[in-house]
Amino acid sequence: MDTTGAALRPGPTVTDDSAVFWDAATGGRLVAQRCASCGVLRHPPRPMCPHCHSLAIEVAELAGTGTVYSFSILHHPKNPAFEYPVIAVLVDLDEGVRMVSNLVGVAPAEVRIGQRVAVEFVPAAGDTQLPVFRPIEVA
Amino acid sequence: MGRRVLTPNAASIVGIGATEFSRKAGRTELQLACESITAAVADAGLTIGEVDGLVSYTVDPVDETELVRSVGFQEINFSSRVPYGGGGSMGVLLHAAAAVASGVADVVVAYRSIRARSGATRFGGAKTLPSPTSGHSGTTAMQWCMPFGVLTPASWMGFNSVRYMHEYGVTSEDFGRAVVQLREYASTNPAAWGFGNPITLEDHQNSRWIVEPCIRLLDCCQETDGSVAVVVTTPERAADLPGVTVNIATASGAALFEQEIASDHYRKNLAVMEGAVATGRRIFDATGIDRNDIDVAMIYDAFTPILLMQLEGLGFCGFGEAKDFIAEGNLALDGSLPTNTNGGLIGEGYIHGLNLVLEATRQLRGTAVNQVAGARTALVANARTAAVLTLD
Repeated sequence: MDTTGAALRPGPTVTDDSAVFWDAATGGRLVAQRCASCGVLRHPPRPMCPHCHSLAIEVAELAGTGTVYSFSILHHPKNPAFEYPVIAVLVDLDEGVRMVSNLVGVAPAEVRIGQRVAVEFVPAAGDTQLPVFRPIEVA
Repeated sequence: MGRRVLTPNAASIVGIGATEFSRKAGRTELQLACESITAAVADAGLTIGEVDGLVSYTVDPVDETELVRSVGFQEINFSSRVPYGGGGSMGVLLHAAAAVASGVADVVVAYRSIRARSGATRFGGAKTLPSPTSGHSGTTAMQWCMPFGVLTPASWMGFNSVRYMHEYGVTSEDFGRAVVQLREYASTNPAAWGFGNPITLEDHQNSRWIVEPCIRLLDCCQETDGSVAVVVTTPERAADLPGVTVNIATASGAALFEQEIASDHYRKNLAVMEGAVATGRRIFDATGIDRNDIDVAMIYDAFTPILLMQLEGLGFCGFGEAKDFIAEGNLALDGSLPTNTNGGLIGEGYIHGLNLVLEATRQLRGTAVNQVAGARTALVANARTAAVLTLD
Protein backbone atom coordinates (compact mmCIF):
# COMPACT_ATOMS: atom_id res chain seq x y z
CA MET A 1 0.00 0.00 0.00
CA ASP A 2 1.18 3.52 -0.69
CA THR A 3 0.25 6.48 1.46
CA THR A 4 -3.09 6.94 -0.30
CA GLY A 5 -4.09 3.38 0.54
CA ALA A 6 -4.07 2.23 -3.08
CA ALA A 7 -2.48 -1.12 -3.83
CA LEU A 8 0.93 -0.74 -5.37
CA ARG A 9 1.64 -2.54 -8.59
CA PRO A 10 4.24 -5.30 -8.32
CA GLY A 11 7.85 -4.35 -8.71
CA PRO A 12 10.09 -5.88 -11.34
CA THR A 13 11.78 -9.25 -11.06
CA VAL A 14 15.32 -7.98 -11.07
CA THR A 15 18.17 -10.20 -12.25
CA ASP A 16 21.88 -9.50 -12.41
CA ASP A 17 21.50 -8.91 -16.14
CA SER A 18 18.54 -6.56 -15.86
CA ALA A 19 19.38 -4.54 -12.75
CA VAL A 20 20.92 -1.84 -14.92
CA PHE A 21 17.48 -0.99 -16.30
CA TRP A 22 15.39 -1.32 -13.16
CA ASP A 23 17.83 0.44 -10.87
CA ALA A 24 17.90 3.39 -13.26
CA ALA A 25 14.08 3.44 -13.39
CA THR A 26 13.86 3.54 -9.62
CA GLY A 27 16.18 6.55 -9.85
CA GLY A 28 13.87 8.22 -12.38
CA ARG A 29 16.03 7.54 -15.43
CA LEU A 30 15.17 5.62 -18.59
CA VAL A 31 18.18 3.74 -19.93
CA ALA A 32 19.09 0.97 -22.31
CA GLN A 33 22.18 -1.13 -22.72
CA ARG A 34 24.57 -0.09 -25.44
CA CYS A 35 27.36 -2.32 -26.68
CA ALA A 36 30.62 -0.63 -25.77
CA SER A 37 32.27 -2.26 -28.75
CA CYS A 38 29.90 -1.84 -31.70
CA GLY A 39 27.54 0.73 -30.22
CA VAL A 40 24.24 -1.09 -30.90
CA LEU A 41 21.48 -0.37 -28.38
CA ARG A 42 19.48 -3.27 -27.00
CA HIS A 43 16.46 -4.00 -24.85
CA PRO A 44 15.68 -6.12 -22.90
CA PRO A 45 19.16 -6.18 -21.36
CA ARG A 46 21.37 -9.20 -21.92
CA PRO A 47 24.98 -10.05 -21.07
CA MET A 48 26.36 -10.34 -24.61
CA CYS A 49 26.01 -8.19 -27.70
CA PRO A 50 24.20 -10.43 -30.21
CA HIS A 51 25.86 -8.57 -33.07
CA CYS A 52 29.57 -8.55 -32.14
CA HIS A 53 29.69 -10.80 -29.04
CA SER A 54 31.27 -8.14 -26.90
CA LEU A 55 30.64 -8.40 -23.17
CA ALA A 56 31.45 -4.72 -22.65
CA ILE A 57 28.33 -2.77 -21.80
CA GLU A 58 27.60 0.95 -21.58
CA VAL A 59 24.48 2.47 -20.11
CA ALA A 60 22.78 4.79 -22.59
CA GLU A 61 20.47 7.49 -21.25
CA LEU A 62 17.32 7.63 -23.38
CA ALA A 63 15.40 10.81 -24.11
CA GLY A 64 12.24 9.09 -22.90
CA THR A 65 10.22 9.97 -25.97
CA GLY A 66 8.79 7.53 -28.45
CA THR A 67 5.84 6.29 -30.46
CA VAL A 68 3.13 3.77 -29.64
CA TYR A 69 3.84 0.71 -31.81
CA SER A 70 0.88 -1.25 -30.49
CA PHE A 71 -1.44 -1.39 -27.53
CA SER A 72 -3.90 -3.58 -25.65
CA ILE A 73 -6.76 -2.51 -23.45
CA LEU A 74 -6.85 -5.18 -20.76
CA HIS A 75 -10.27 -5.87 -19.24
CA HIS A 76 -10.11 -9.36 -17.81
CA PRO A 77 -8.94 -11.10 -15.70
CA LYS A 78 -8.33 -8.50 -13.03
CA ASN A 79 -5.45 -8.43 -10.61
CA PRO A 80 -6.01 -6.28 -7.51
CA ALA A 81 -2.74 -4.42 -8.00
CA PHE A 82 -4.04 -2.67 -11.11
CA GLU A 83 -6.87 -0.35 -12.11
CA TYR A 84 -8.94 -1.61 -15.03
CA PRO A 85 -8.98 -1.37 -17.88
CA VAL A 86 -5.18 -1.43 -17.99
CA ILE A 87 -3.78 0.40 -20.99
CA ALA A 88 -0.75 -1.61 -22.05
CA VAL A 89 1.50 -0.34 -24.80
CA LEU A 90 4.55 -1.23 -26.81
CA VAL A 91 6.58 1.94 -27.16
CA ASP A 92 9.23 2.33 -29.82
CA LEU A 93 11.68 4.72 -28.21
CA ASP A 94 13.22 7.32 -30.48
CA GLU A 95 16.63 5.70 -30.07
CA GLY A 96 15.27 2.48 -31.59
CA VAL A 97 14.48 0.05 -28.77
CA ARG A 98 11.02 -1.24 -27.86
CA MET A 99 9.53 -1.52 -24.38
CA VAL A 100 6.39 -2.89 -22.79
CA SER A 101 4.75 -0.28 -20.57
CA ASN A 102 1.51 1.50 -19.73
CA LEU A 103 -0.06 4.64 -21.06
CA VAL A 104 -1.37 7.12 -18.48
CA GLY A 105 -3.33 10.34 -18.75
CA VAL A 106 -5.48 9.16 -21.64
CA ALA A 107 -8.88 7.49 -22.00
CA PRO A 108 -8.81 3.94 -23.38
CA ALA A 109 -10.82 4.98 -26.43
CA GLU A 110 -8.24 7.67 -27.25
CA VAL A 111 -5.25 5.34 -27.51
CA ARG A 112 -3.79 5.26 -31.01
CA ILE A 113 -0.96 3.49 -32.76
CA GLY A 114 1.53 6.15 -33.77
CA GLN A 115 0.77 8.38 -30.79
CA ARG A 116 3.78 10.33 -29.50
CA VAL A 117 4.53 9.67 -25.83
CA ALA A 118 7.00 10.66 -23.11
CA VAL A 119 8.17 8.76 -20.07
CA GLU A 120 7.33 9.40 -16.44
CA PHE A 121 7.76 7.22 -13.39
CA VAL A 122 5.26 5.63 -11.01
CA PRO A 123 5.86 3.91 -7.67
CA ALA A 124 5.82 0.14 -7.42
CA ALA A 125 6.25 -2.40 -4.65
CA GLY A 126 9.60 -2.77 -2.98
CA ASP A 127 10.47 0.95 -3.08
CA THR A 128 10.91 0.79 -6.84
CA GLN A 129 9.70 2.99 -9.68
CA LEU A 130 8.55 1.91 -13.11
CA PRO A 131 8.62 3.83 -16.39
CA VAL A 132 5.19 4.57 -17.90
CA PHE A 133 4.27 6.88 -20.75
CA ARG A 134 1.94 9.81 -21.29
CA PRO A 135 0.79 11.22 -24.64
CA ILE A 136 2.47 14.46 -25.69
CA GLU A 137 1.28 17.15 -28.02
CA VAL A 138 3.01 17.17 -31.36
CA ALA A 139 3.78 20.60 -32.73
CA MET B 1 21.12 -19.56 -47.24
CA GLY B 2 20.43 -23.27 -47.48
CA ARG B 3 18.40 -24.75 -44.67
CA ARG B 4 18.47 -28.39 -43.74
CA VAL B 5 15.24 -30.28 -43.29
CA LEU B 6 14.30 -33.50 -41.59
CA THR B 7 14.88 -36.62 -43.64
CA PRO B 8 11.59 -37.14 -45.53
CA ASN B 9 9.26 -39.78 -44.12
CA ALA B 10 11.74 -40.57 -41.38
CA ALA B 11 9.13 -41.56 -38.84
CA SER B 12 5.51 -42.56 -38.43
CA ILE B 13 2.70 -41.91 -35.99
CA VAL B 14 1.27 -45.26 -34.97
CA GLY B 15 -0.70 -44.54 -31.82
CA ILE B 16 -2.76 -41.83 -30.18
CA GLY B 17 -4.38 -41.68 -26.76
CA ALA B 18 -6.31 -39.18 -24.69
CA THR B 19 -8.16 -38.75 -21.45
CA GLU B 20 -11.47 -36.98 -21.33
CA PHE B 21 -11.27 -33.19 -21.50
CA SER B 22 -12.89 -31.52 -18.52
CA ARG B 23 -13.02 -28.58 -16.15
CA LYS B 24 -11.81 -30.66 -13.24
CA ALA B 25 -10.04 -33.93 -13.82
CA GLY B 26 -9.89 -34.74 -10.14
CA ARG B 27 -6.53 -36.48 -10.50
CA THR B 28 -2.91 -35.45 -10.96
CA GLU B 29 -1.23 -34.53 -14.21
CA LEU B 30 0.95 -37.60 -13.64
CA GLN B 31 -2.07 -39.87 -13.52
CA LEU B 32 -3.57 -38.19 -16.58
CA ALA B 33 -0.30 -38.78 -18.45
CA CYS B 34 -0.27 -42.44 -17.40
CA GLU B 35 -3.76 -42.84 -18.78
CA SER B 36 -3.17 -41.14 -22.14
CA ILE B 37 0.19 -42.83 -22.68
CA THR B 38 -0.98 -46.36 -21.99
CA ALA B 39 -3.97 -45.72 -24.25
CA ALA B 40 -1.71 -44.48 -27.05
CA VAL B 41 0.71 -47.40 -26.77
CA ALA B 42 -2.16 -49.87 -26.78
CA ASP B 43 -3.65 -48.05 -29.78
CA ALA B 44 -0.35 -48.62 -31.58
CA GLY B 45 -0.37 -52.33 -30.82
CA LEU B 46 2.87 -51.98 -28.87
CA THR B 47 3.80 -52.77 -25.29
CA ILE B 48 5.14 -50.35 -22.71
CA GLY B 49 8.40 -52.27 -22.60
CA GLU B 50 9.04 -51.40 -26.24
CA VAL B 51 8.97 -47.64 -25.59
CA ASP B 52 12.48 -46.21 -25.33
CA GLY B 53 11.92 -42.49 -25.87
CA LEU B 54 9.91 -39.74 -24.16
CA VAL B 55 9.28 -36.20 -25.42
CA SER B 56 7.31 -33.39 -23.84
CA TYR B 57 7.55 -29.66 -23.11
CA THR B 58 9.49 -27.69 -20.54
CA VAL B 59 6.20 -26.41 -19.09
CA ASP B 60 4.80 -29.90 -18.59
CA PRO B 61 4.47 -30.71 -14.88
CA VAL B 62 5.00 -34.46 -15.27
CA ASP B 63 8.40 -35.56 -14.11
CA GLU B 64 9.99 -38.21 -16.33
CA THR B 65 11.26 -40.24 -13.39
CA GLU B 66 7.80 -40.50 -11.86
CA LEU B 67 6.30 -41.27 -15.23
CA VAL B 68 8.76 -44.12 -15.86
CA ARG B 69 8.10 -45.47 -12.38
CA SER B 70 4.33 -45.29 -12.79
CA VAL B 71 3.87 -46.54 -16.35
CA GLY B 72 6.59 -49.15 -16.03
CA PHE B 73 8.91 -48.12 -18.84
CA GLN B 74 11.92 -50.41 -18.58
CA GLU B 75 14.71 -48.59 -20.40
CA ILE B 76 14.40 -45.07 -21.79
CA ASN B 77 17.31 -44.18 -24.05
CA PHE B 78 16.16 -40.77 -25.28
CA SER B 79 14.21 -37.97 -23.66
CA SER B 80 13.79 -34.33 -24.53
CA ARG B 81 11.55 -31.35 -23.92
CA VAL B 82 10.58 -28.71 -26.43
CA PRO B 83 11.04 -25.20 -25.02
CA TYR B 84 7.85 -23.82 -23.40
CA GLY B 85 4.61 -25.44 -24.53
CA GLY B 86 1.86 -24.31 -26.84
CA GLY B 87 3.98 -22.20 -29.12
CA GLY B 88 6.17 -25.23 -29.64
CA SER B 89 3.45 -27.82 -29.57
CA MET B 90 4.27 -29.54 -32.85
CA GLY B 91 7.95 -29.56 -31.93
CA VAL B 92 7.52 -32.89 -30.17
CA LEU B 93 6.98 -34.49 -33.58
CA LEU B 94 10.28 -33.05 -34.76
CA HIS B 95 12.08 -34.34 -31.66
CA ALA B 96 10.46 -37.77 -31.84
CA ALA B 97 11.04 -38.12 -35.58
CA ALA B 98 14.65 -37.00 -35.26
CA ALA B 99 15.19 -39.51 -32.48
CA VAL B 100 13.88 -42.49 -34.40
CA ALA B 101 15.47 -41.36 -37.67
CA SER B 102 18.86 -41.10 -36.02
CA GLY B 103 18.48 -44.46 -34.36
CA VAL B 104 18.77 -43.28 -30.76
CA ALA B 105 15.26 -44.52 -30.06
CA ASP B 106 12.87 -46.98 -31.64
CA VAL B 107 9.54 -46.04 -30.10
CA VAL B 108 9.03 -42.51 -28.77
CA VAL B 109 6.01 -41.29 -26.84
CA ALA B 110 5.20 -37.57 -26.99
CA TYR B 111 2.83 -36.35 -24.32
CA ARG B 112 1.24 -33.30 -22.73
CA SER B 113 -0.59 -33.43 -19.45
CA ILE B 114 -2.26 -30.36 -18.03
CA ARG B 115 -4.78 -29.18 -15.50
CA ALA B 116 -5.21 -25.78 -17.05
CA ARG B 117 -8.66 -25.40 -15.56
CA SER B 118 -8.53 -26.77 -12.04
CA GLY B 119 -4.81 -26.92 -11.33
CA ALA B 120 -2.02 -24.46 -10.66
CA THR B 121 -1.52 -23.76 -14.35
CA ARG B 122 -4.43 -21.48 -15.11
CA PHE B 123 -2.77 -19.39 -17.77
CA GLY B 124 -5.53 -16.80 -17.79
CA GLY B 125 -5.36 -16.34 -14.04
CA ALA B 126 -3.65 -12.93 -13.97
CA LYS B 127 -0.97 -13.92 -11.51
CA THR B 128 1.86 -11.62 -10.68
CA LEU B 129 3.82 -14.17 -8.72
CA PRO B 130 5.92 -16.87 -10.35
CA SER B 131 3.69 -19.54 -11.86
CA PRO B 132 4.15 -22.49 -14.17
CA THR B 133 3.58 -20.05 -17.00
CA SER B 134 5.95 -17.41 -15.85
CA GLY B 135 8.78 -19.72 -15.02
CA HIS B 136 8.99 -20.96 -18.56
CA SER B 137 8.09 -17.97 -20.65
CA GLY B 138 11.57 -16.55 -20.63
CA THR B 139 12.53 -13.65 -18.45
CA THR B 140 10.69 -11.33 -20.71
CA ALA B 141 7.11 -12.14 -19.85
CA MET B 142 7.63 -12.13 -16.13
CA GLN B 143 10.09 -9.39 -15.79
CA TRP B 144 9.18 -7.00 -18.55
CA CYS B 145 5.42 -7.50 -18.80
CA MET B 146 4.05 -8.27 -15.37
CA PRO B 147 4.91 -5.00 -13.61
CA PHE B 148 2.68 -3.36 -16.24
CA GLY B 149 -0.30 -5.62 -15.69
CA VAL B 150 0.43 -7.64 -18.80
CA LEU B 151 -0.12 -10.90 -17.01
CA THR B 152 -1.74 -13.40 -19.34
CA PRO B 153 -1.15 -14.99 -22.74
CA ALA B 154 -4.13 -13.02 -24.10
CA SER B 155 -2.52 -9.77 -23.01
CA TRP B 156 0.84 -10.74 -24.51
CA MET B 157 -0.74 -11.71 -27.81
CA GLY B 158 -2.93 -8.63 -27.77
CA PHE B 159 -0.05 -6.39 -28.78
CA ASN B 160 0.69 -8.43 -31.90
CA SER B 161 -3.00 -8.81 -32.70
CA VAL B 162 -3.74 -5.08 -32.48
CA ARG B 163 -0.80 -4.23 -34.71
CA TYR B 164 -2.01 -6.87 -37.15
CA MET B 165 -5.52 -5.36 -37.17
CA HIS B 166 -4.03 -1.90 -37.66
CA GLU B 167 -1.82 -2.90 -40.59
CA TYR B 168 -4.44 -4.86 -42.50
CA GLY B 169 -7.79 -3.40 -41.50
CA VAL B 170 -8.89 -6.57 -39.70
CA THR B 171 -11.87 -6.34 -37.33
CA SER B 172 -13.25 -8.31 -34.42
CA GLU B 173 -16.01 -9.52 -36.74
CA ASP B 174 -13.35 -11.01 -39.01
CA PHE B 175 -12.10 -12.98 -36.02
CA GLY B 176 -15.67 -13.88 -35.17
CA ARG B 177 -16.26 -15.56 -38.52
CA ALA B 178 -13.40 -17.93 -37.77
CA VAL B 179 -14.80 -18.70 -34.33
CA VAL B 180 -18.24 -19.47 -35.75
CA GLN B 181 -16.61 -22.09 -37.99
CA LEU B 182 -14.58 -23.58 -35.14
CA ARG B 183 -17.62 -23.80 -32.92
CA GLU B 184 -19.60 -25.41 -35.72
CA TYR B 185 -16.99 -28.17 -35.88
CA ALA B 186 -16.94 -28.47 -32.10
CA SER B 187 -20.70 -28.75 -31.93
CA THR B 188 -20.57 -32.23 -33.48
CA ASN B 189 -17.48 -33.44 -31.55
CA PRO B 190 -18.54 -35.27 -28.37
CA ALA B 191 -15.07 -34.76 -26.84
CA ALA B 192 -15.28 -30.99 -27.28
CA TRP B 193 -16.21 -28.29 -24.80
CA GLY B 194 -18.41 -26.80 -27.48
CA PHE B 195 -20.28 -30.06 -28.20
CA GLY B 196 -23.88 -29.31 -29.03
CA ASN B 197 -23.32 -25.60 -28.64
CA PRO B 198 -22.59 -23.74 -31.88
CA ILE B 199 -22.50 -19.93 -31.86
CA THR B 200 -23.47 -17.11 -34.19
CA LEU B 201 -21.41 -14.11 -35.18
CA GLU B 202 -23.74 -12.07 -33.00
CA ASP B 203 -22.92 -14.29 -30.01
CA HIS B 204 -19.25 -13.64 -30.69
CA GLN B 205 -19.73 -9.90 -30.98
CA ASN B 206 -21.76 -9.84 -27.77
CA SER B 207 -19.13 -11.67 -25.74
CA ARG B 208 -17.14 -9.45 -23.41
CA TRP B 209 -13.73 -8.04 -24.08
CA ILE B 210 -10.76 -9.81 -22.61
CA VAL B 211 -8.32 -7.62 -24.52
CA GLU B 212 -9.83 -4.74 -26.50
CA PRO B 213 -10.02 -4.44 -29.48
CA CYS B 214 -8.78 -7.88 -30.45
CA ILE B 215 -9.72 -10.71 -28.11
CA ARG B 216 -13.25 -11.34 -26.85
CA LEU B 217 -14.17 -14.14 -24.49
CA LEU B 218 -15.22 -16.35 -27.41
CA ASP B 219 -11.83 -15.78 -29.07
CA CYS B 220 -10.12 -17.62 -26.22
CA CYS B 221 -9.26 -21.29 -26.16
CA GLN B 222 -10.90 -23.38 -23.48
CA GLU B 223 -8.55 -23.92 -20.57
CA THR B 224 -8.86 -27.63 -20.00
CA ASP B 225 -7.81 -30.51 -17.78
CA GLY B 226 -6.61 -33.55 -19.68
CA SER B 227 -3.75 -35.38 -21.32
CA VAL B 228 -2.94 -36.59 -24.81
CA ALA B 229 -0.14 -38.79 -26.13
CA VAL B 230 1.25 -39.72 -29.53
CA VAL B 231 3.44 -42.74 -30.36
CA VAL B 232 6.13 -42.32 -33.02
CA THR B 233 8.34 -45.05 -34.48
CA THR B 234 10.28 -45.88 -37.62
CA PRO B 235 8.43 -46.59 -40.88
CA GLU B 236 9.89 -50.09 -40.82
CA ARG B 237 8.48 -50.79 -37.38
CA ALA B 238 5.20 -49.16 -38.31
CA ALA B 239 4.78 -51.52 -41.26
CA ASP B 240 4.64 -54.45 -38.83
CA LEU B 241 1.90 -52.91 -36.68
CA PRO B 242 -1.80 -53.56 -37.20
CA GLY B 243 -3.12 -50.00 -37.54
CA VAL B 244 -3.06 -47.33 -40.23
CA THR B 245 0.39 -45.74 -40.46
CA VAL B 246 0.57 -41.95 -40.58
CA ASN B 247 3.89 -40.75 -41.96
CA ILE B 248 5.68 -37.70 -40.69
CA ALA B 249 6.60 -36.42 -44.14
CA THR B 250 8.47 -33.52 -42.61
CA ALA B 251 8.65 -31.59 -39.36
CA SER B 252 10.28 -28.32 -38.43
CA GLY B 253 10.82 -25.89 -35.62
CA ALA B 254 11.94 -22.32 -36.14
CA ALA B 255 13.10 -20.05 -33.35
CA LEU B 256 14.08 -16.64 -34.65
CA PHE B 257 16.30 -13.92 -33.25
CA GLU B 258 14.42 -11.83 -30.68
CA GLN B 259 11.32 -14.05 -31.03
CA GLU B 260 9.52 -15.31 -27.98
CA ILE B 261 6.69 -17.78 -27.84
CA ALA B 262 3.80 -15.78 -26.43
CA SER B 263 5.33 -12.54 -25.17
CA ASP B 264 6.77 -11.99 -28.64
CA HIS B 265 7.16 -8.23 -28.70
CA TYR B 266 10.63 -7.52 -29.95
CA ARG B 267 10.66 -8.53 -33.61
CA LYS B 268 10.45 -5.39 -35.70
CA ASN B 269 7.25 -6.29 -37.54
CA LEU B 270 4.66 -7.85 -35.26
CA ALA B 271 1.87 -7.73 -37.87
CA VAL B 272 3.44 -10.74 -39.55
CA MET B 273 4.02 -13.97 -37.65
CA GLU B 274 7.54 -14.43 -38.84
CA GLY B 275 7.97 -17.74 -37.03
CA ALA B 276 5.18 -19.15 -39.18
CA VAL B 277 6.82 -17.68 -42.28
CA ALA B 278 10.07 -19.44 -41.40
CA THR B 279 8.25 -22.67 -40.62
CA GLY B 280 6.37 -22.51 -43.91
CA ARG B 281 9.65 -22.09 -45.78
CA ARG B 282 11.05 -25.20 -44.13
CA ILE B 283 8.09 -27.54 -44.42
CA PHE B 284 6.92 -26.47 -47.86
CA ASP B 285 9.47 -24.56 -49.88
CA ALA B 286 12.49 -26.53 -48.67
CA THR B 287 10.82 -29.92 -49.11
CA GLY B 288 8.85 -29.44 -52.29
CA ILE B 289 5.60 -30.28 -50.49
CA ASP B 290 2.92 -28.18 -52.16
CA ARG B 291 0.61 -26.12 -49.95
CA ASN B 292 -2.18 -27.14 -52.31
CA ASP B 293 -1.65 -30.77 -51.33
CA ILE B 294 -2.79 -30.11 -47.75
CA ASP B 295 -6.22 -31.72 -47.44
CA VAL B 296 -6.81 -30.70 -43.83
CA ALA B 297 -4.99 -28.34 -41.47
CA MET B 298 -4.65 -28.09 -37.71
CA ILE B 299 -3.41 -24.64 -36.77
CA TYR B 300 -2.80 -23.54 -33.20
CA ASP B 301 -5.68 -21.31 -32.13
CA ALA B 302 -5.06 -20.32 -28.53
CA PHE B 303 -6.67 -17.02 -29.58
CA THR B 304 -8.38 -16.28 -32.88
CA PRO B 305 -6.02 -13.58 -34.18
CA ILE B 306 -3.07 -15.94 -34.29
CA LEU B 307 -5.04 -18.38 -36.44
CA LEU B 308 -5.38 -15.69 -39.11
CA MET B 309 -1.77 -14.63 -38.76
CA GLN B 310 -0.59 -18.22 -39.22
CA LEU B 311 -2.75 -18.80 -42.30
CA GLU B 312 -0.91 -15.86 -43.80
CA GLY B 313 2.53 -16.67 -42.43
CA LEU B 314 2.38 -20.26 -43.60
CA GLY B 315 1.44 -19.02 -47.06
CA PHE B 316 -2.13 -20.21 -47.51
CA CYS B 317 -3.15 -16.67 -48.42
CA GLY B 318 -1.49 -13.30 -48.73
CA PHE B 319 -0.73 -11.02 -45.79
CA GLY B 320 -3.90 -9.35 -44.65
CA GLU B 321 -6.03 -11.74 -46.69
CA ALA B 322 -6.91 -14.35 -44.05
CA LYS B 323 -10.09 -12.46 -43.18
CA ASP B 324 -11.30 -12.86 -46.76
CA PHE B 325 -10.01 -16.44 -46.99
CA ILE B 326 -12.14 -17.28 -43.96
CA ALA B 327 -15.16 -15.29 -45.06
CA GLU B 328 -15.12 -17.25 -48.33
CA GLY B 329 -15.61 -20.44 -46.34
CA ASN B 330 -12.22 -21.98 -46.94
CA LEU B 331 -11.92 -23.39 -43.41
CA ALA B 332 -15.14 -25.42 -43.78
CA LEU B 333 -15.32 -29.10 -44.75
CA ASP B 334 -16.11 -28.14 -48.33
CA GLY B 335 -13.56 -25.33 -48.43
CA SER B 336 -10.04 -25.38 -49.81
CA LEU B 337 -8.43 -25.85 -46.38
CA PRO B 338 -10.68 -27.51 -43.79
CA THR B 339 -9.08 -26.34 -40.56
CA ASN B 340 -9.30 -27.46 -36.93
CA THR B 341 -12.06 -29.92 -37.67
CA ASN B 342 -12.24 -30.97 -34.01
CA GLY B 343 -13.20 -27.40 -33.16
CA GLY B 344 -9.62 -26.41 -32.49
CA LEU B 345 -8.31 -25.32 -29.13
CA ILE B 346 -11.14 -22.78 -29.03
CA GLY B 347 -13.86 -25.35 -29.59
CA GLU B 348 -12.48 -28.69 -28.41
CA GLY B 349 -10.15 -27.74 -25.59
CA TYR B 350 -6.64 -26.67 -24.80
CA ILE B 351 -4.26 -29.54 -24.29
CA HIS B 352 -1.64 -27.00 -25.25
CA GLY B 353 -1.94 -27.81 -28.95
CA LEU B 354 -0.96 -31.47 -28.96
CA ASN B 355 -4.62 -32.48 -29.23
CA LEU B 356 -4.47 -31.03 -32.76
CA VAL B 357 -2.00 -33.78 -33.70
CA LEU B 358 -4.53 -36.38 -32.56
CA GLU B 359 -7.19 -34.81 -34.78
CA ALA B 360 -4.85 -34.76 -37.79
CA THR B 361 -4.10 -38.44 -37.18
CA ARG B 362 -7.81 -39.24 -36.97
CA GLN B 363 -8.41 -37.39 -40.24
CA LEU B 364 -5.79 -39.48 -42.05
CA ARG B 365 -7.11 -42.65 -40.47
CA GLY B 366 -10.59 -41.69 -41.65
CA THR B 367 -12.01 -41.70 -38.14
CA ALA B 368 -12.62 -38.01 -37.46
CA VAL B 369 -16.04 -36.83 -36.36
CA ASN B 370 -15.98 -34.16 -39.04
CA GLN B 371 -14.20 -36.24 -41.62
CA VAL B 372 -12.64 -34.68 -44.72
CA ALA B 373 -13.42 -37.16 -47.48
CA GLY B 374 -10.30 -38.85 -48.78
CA ALA B 375 -7.86 -36.83 -46.66
CA ARG B 376 -4.32 -38.03 -47.36
CA THR B 377 -2.17 -35.07 -46.32
CA ALA B 378 -2.51 -33.05 -43.12
CA LEU B 379 -0.71 -30.06 -41.70
CA VAL B 380 -0.19 -29.50 -38.00
CA ALA B 381 1.24 -26.09 -37.19
CA ASN B 382 1.66 -23.47 -34.57
CA ALA B 383 3.55 -20.26 -34.32
CA ARG B 384 6.91 -21.81 -34.93
CA THR B 385 6.74 -25.59 -35.18
CA ALA B 386 4.94 -27.67 -37.77
CA ALA B 387 4.75 -31.04 -39.46
CA VAL B 388 3.16 -32.49 -42.56
CA LEU B 389 1.54 -35.88 -42.07
CA THR B 390 0.63 -38.19 -44.95
CA LEU B 391 -0.73 -41.62 -45.73
CA ASP B 392 1.74 -42.09 -48.58
